[in-house]
Amino acid sequence: MNGIHDMGGMHGMGPVRPERDEPVFHTAWEGRVFALNIAIRARRAWNIDAGRYGIELIPPADYLRMSYYERWLVRLEELLVVRALATREELETKTPARGAMKAEPALTADRVPFVIRNGAAASRDVPVPPRFAVKQRVRARMLNPEGHTRLPRYVRGRTGTVERDHGVYVFPDTNALFLGENPQHVYSVRFAARELWGPRASPLDAVYLDLWDDYLDPA
Amino acid sequence: MDAHDHDHDHAHPHDHQVVPSDPALRVKALESLLVEKGLVDPAALDALVDAYETKIGPRNGARVVARAWSDPAYKARLLADGTAAMAELGYGGAQGEHMRVLENTPTVHNLVVCTLCSCYPWSVLGLPPVWYKSAPYRSRAVIDPRGVLREFGLEVPDHVEVRVWDSTAELRYLVLPERPAGTEGLSEDQLAALVTRDAMVGTAKVTA
Repeated sequence: MNGIHDMGGMHGMGPVRPERDEPVFHTAWEGRVFALNIAIRARRAWNIDAGRYGIELIPPADYLRMSYYERWLVRLEELLVVRALATREELETKTPARGAMKAEPALTADRVPFVIRNGAAASRDVPVPPRFAVKQRVRARMLNPEGHTRLPRYVRGRTGTVERDHGVYVFPDTNALFLGENPQHVYSVRFAARELWGPRASPLDAVYLDLWDDYLDPA
Repeated sequence: MDAHDHDHDHAHPHDHQVVPSDPALRVKALESLLVEKGLVDPAALDALVDAYETKIGPRNGARVVARAWSDPAYKARLLADGTAAMAELGYGGAQGEHMRVLENTPTVHNLVVCTLCSCYPWSVLGLPPVWYKSAPYRSRAVIDPRGVLREFGLEVPDHVEVRVWDSTAELRYLVLPERPAGTEGLSEDQLAALVTRDAMVGTAKVTA
């Protein structure tokens, strides 16, 4: 979707403000909401792409006002309801519905090191032929899907060069909507800064994006 | 909730969501609800917070960089297959499943960003700092990398190519900074102590 999350190339956001000796979490609740998201994700009621889409659906003005972990909180509550792990009434009353079945935690403390160590690979070992070759010129498609996509606006319609074939990965546009993994090749594509931003950009500089087969056409 | 309400949720998400007025209270209530429903184990939450507060952070990445500076064969393996070479040192897993290492040289400077969200190599850098997730960095790193670097105190000469890596897929990027002059006699541990998080994102150089 053409949302506020797709920020690459926007002006007016002000200077970058690094913080000295920044803590991992600024308050205890940030750590809790981070951990709640990971622990609930272990139930596999949604996937990483659906999780990102959940953040993108936050209305733009709210998105900009919220801190990072406030977005994680709102996204978690929303997905719990949409995926039927909790009801709005339960969230509002802070109490399980009467007669609700008690679940078993999908992630217990003893399994946390294992889950962190293993992660969740997004690559898929399936024989999908690549549509493009290294060094080939490609054009990012002009797509404006209302759902989730990882094709930023700033690169749509622009021409670049395939620099590396990363292999076969889950396709986020369908996975986020629970329409299947649709595995396909992902390429590192190099776009000259001037192709993206015009003559004021340095003639040497470039931006590299990781793009799926379905985002590209031959140029 | 009936089917109509459910459809309504999909069509108009976050209708009744606002910026949380008291996130600490709201998170506490949510945690106790989910624990009561049996959906989460509070001890697992403690373990997750502890892991990312005390165990997984930029010291991991610094060890990778120091090894690469000290061992040319390791550096070659790291640049060819970042995931496998980091696994040799015990680093991988969550948000480090697919790693690529970008080498800074006298003619190339690499900078990592995620314009769409906040993708970051947790396994070797830990969780990202606020500035990395902020609108100013995400919006400007791709269109004005040299201006962003200047704000970090790094002036990149015109003859050096700046490569910006927008983490749009599940590949995660770590910058291999240039080894500073005058560090020839240092041990791997001493080298690792010089390597900063920002140098591995590409917003700083390593200085001796």
